[in-house]
Amino acid sequence: MTDINAYQGAAPEAEFSDFVALLKPRVMSLVVFTAFVGLWVAPVDVHPFIAFCSVLFIALGGGASGALNMWYDADIDAVMRRTQNRPIPAGRIDGNAALALGLILAGFAVMMLGLAANWFAAGFLAFTIFFYAVVYTIWLKRWTPQNIVIGGAAGAFPPMIGWACATGGISLESLLMFALIFFWTPPHFWALALFMKSDYHEAKVPMLTVTHGRPATRRHIFAYTLVLAPFAVWLGFTQVGGPIYLAASVVLNALFIHGGWQILRRSEEAAIADGYAVEKRVFKLSLNYLFLHFVALLVQNWWGAW
Amino acid sequence: MPLNAEHEIHRRRRSRNVGLAVVLVCFVALVFGLTVVKVQQGDMMEAFDHQPRVSVLPSDQPEAAR
Repeated sequence: MTDINAYQGAAPEAEFSDFVALLKPRVMSLVVFTAFVGLWVAPVDVHPFIAFCSVLFIALGGGASGALNMWYDADIDAVMRRTQNRPIPAGRIDGNAALALGLILAGFAVMMLGLAANWFAAGFLAFTIFFYAVVYTIWLKRWTPQNIVIGGAAGAFPPMIGWACATGGISLESLLMFALIFFWTPPHFWALALFMKSDYHEAKVPMLTVTHGRPATRRHIFAYTLVLAPFAVWLGFTQVGGPIYLAASVVLNALFIHGGWQILRRSEEAAIADGYAVEKRVFKLSLNYLFLHFVALLVQNWWGAW
Repeated sequence: MPLNAEHEIHRRRRSRNVGLAVVLVCFVALVFGLTVVKVQQGDMMEAFDHQPRVSVLPSDQPEAAR
């Protein structure tokens, strides 16, 4: 019997794209963009090639934590329909191979960022990977309905790392960029959770919509849009801000708070009746909200900040 | 089952091999580029034995003698 015959009926072998999927490229795109903006608006000039390499290694670190997350969450992914076809639950990549890839890429990304930029930024990247893979994925995701809030911190670190690549430290501006993503994440994901009705319950992941109910989730969404707004506008008064950013931020926050208010005021019956139209609209708005804030920072930087 | 010249398994393996080759070539180019930029920027570089470079040490001769 040839090895090809032995292959019949077995789980398909991995393609290169399966290893790419393991790094969660869609999450990576957010990491790349926010890290780039953090690095670009920083008051220290960085050589364009070093900036490119730094963003690449930050993205690779994000990809490594994505692989570690998929390794640990393979049991959850196998239960939920949305994630059943990921490389590990589908049997195309062995769990141990994903773990090895995640660990090696994490070490590699940290080391290369240290060599390309500086060791403070590299240490920060290492901490971010640890935070996402261990604190969020292993410790808190299956334990508390505030998992989205805590996981949001991991997604909020990249602009701070980008800033650290240029300046070698932390400052008010980078902390405010962190706050912008950190407080944006819960309303963004909970709006999604309201209309996606995913099978988190079967996977035994405590989502706020399941543990505290949908009305409580609606209240949380509105509360977070209120908390988020001052931090987003405050960033406009720092040295990276300016009139263009401020104008964009005020408009976007007014729209987001209005969306949160509409979600709060709706009953579940009204939402079901129109197919969660408002929740879907606010979710789309939340995507644009974050993207446009960071675009506004870039435009402001180009135009000249305060 | 007809024995095709190329089984699907071959396609999948080739995609992995080519993908890895491209990644490695890009990495080499990246390290080369980084090296060029770092050298051009004139970052402080010390020898393997951590001896200070003569060129960055303060001169021990009086100004007039130079």
